[in-house]
Amino acid sequence: MMTHTEASELASENPEPQEGLLNRFLNDGRSSWIFVLPGVVLLLLFGLPLLALILRASNKTFLEYALSEQALHALRLSLVTSLVTVVVTVLLGTPLAYLLARWKFRFKSWVELLIDLPVALPPSVAGLALLIAFGRQGTFGPFLSQFGITLPFTSAAVIMAQTFVAAPLYIRAARIGFTEIDYQLEEAAHVEGASPWQLFREVMFPLAGRSLTSGAILTWTRAIGEFGATILFAGNLEGVTQTMPMAIYLGFERSLGVAIALSVMLVGVSTILLLLTRRLDRKH
Amino acid sequence: MFAAASLTQALEQIGKGFESQHPGVHLTFNFAGSQALRTQIEQGAPADVFAAASSVDMDAVVTAGYADPSAVQPFVTNRLEVILPAGNPAGLSKLQDLARPGLKLVLAAPDVPVGKYSRQALDQMDSAFGAGFAESVLGNVVSEEDNVKQVVAKVQLGEADAGIVYVSDAIAAPDLKTIEIPPQLNVTAQYVIAALKGAHDASLAISFVEYARSPDARSIFAKWGFGPLP
Repeated sequence: MMTHTEASELASENPEPQEGLLNRFLNDGRSSWIFVLPGVVLLLLFGLPLLALILRASNKTFLEYALSEQALHALRLSLVTSLVTVVVTVLLGTPLAYLLARWKFRFKSWVELLIDLPVALPPSVAGLALLIAFGRQGTFGPFLSQFGITLPFTSAAVIMAQTFVAAPLYIRAARIGFTEIDYQLEEAAHVEGASPWQLFREVMFPLAGRSLTSGAILTWTRAIGEFGATILFAGNLEGVTQTMPMAIYLGFERSLGVAIALSVMLVGVSTILLLLTRRLDRKH
Repeated sequence: MFAAASLTQALEQIGKGFESQHPGVHLTFNFAGSQALRTQIEQGAPADVFAAASSVDMDAVVTAGYADPSAVQPFVTNRLEVILPAGNPAGLSKLQDLARPGLKLVLAAPDVPVGKYSRQALDQMDSAFGAGFAESVLGNVVSEEDNVKQVVAKVQLGEADAGIVYVSDAIAAPDLKTIEIPPQLNVTAQYVIAALKGAHDASLAISFVEYARSPDARSIFAKWGFGPLP
């Protein structure tokens, strides 16, 4: 495997790339605009709405809305449920990712397909499916109610919806992290008589640590933003199931101020979380 | 056509009648909570006609300059009813049962017209059934939905034990059981309709408004449980 320094030495042997987009645009002449202009259109599409949101929010009433009872309830619920989602995902998803990365077994590609599906599905499908499965009158609802469990309209339903749509991101990242670890390390550990658990705890887990962390952060951002599955499966009640995205959707009709304040807060939270993952990836 | 969700079945039928009278005209409907439609119109959504379940939302559209005050016409009324899933899992038989602890009740959110009317009706029941009634009923609310059809859906799926909707919604969902709300405790929803200023074809929009107030349309509205104008 090539280390970081070796790689950068290799790169520096190549001719120095021209610095600065503008220089490139001016010096390279004719054809360079083919690469710059289409990108600018997309970047404007990404950037302008966020800019408009922040501009609209930057006035004295922002704090008033951001600190309103509804906004704080939604913020607290979003933070609590998404953190529980991350913990559940890491506890259940890490062993699964480990199996997928290091073991060979039948139907493995089917398991992988099942894990990838929630990412590809529209969240509304996820919400409907959860309701049909675990709702009071759902396929498994009567079974659950034997134990006194009813899920719809509870914070537990919010967490289930978030886990359904967000956990696959962690499992993917963790699987890649575990796959990248050199097999010789595993063999060496075997030779020294390490048990599978020792191998996992002392070798694999620390080595995959960065992938696991950045996967967990990705899952967290996705969970905090979950909307479609939640509104169908968990309903909407302030303090119980009304997360930030839900408060934004309903605030759009009720109080645009709260909706904008919460939106800006979500943009902020997502930016911070993404910066964190980038830092981790770079160190990697 | 932007219309309150409760008008779905009746207006679709009335729209067919209008289309057959105006060959070549095809109506497109956008059904949602009146408060949602109002916001969409205020944000510039292209709409020719707005039919709202509450004058509050129509007033807002008028104030924002999207409709002329003189264009606003009352056209139907509606009343409230309690709906229960077909199996009536909680075994409800009278309005007082709504206060039973642990019941799962779904209402529309307070800013949705039917949600506002439901809370008004509960206040009137409060005086009839004893103080604290409305409070205990509201304590049973497990979800505040975005429009009346979402309330119907949650009850139809059996996820909620009861919901409060319009009489017309109960008629449109015949598989549900109902508990009637007596007139003295009920609330009358006054629907209003208006051709909007930005209408694609202003005269066509006006003729639809007229058609929706015609005897033909009234008999269809009556069939779906809407009441006449007072």
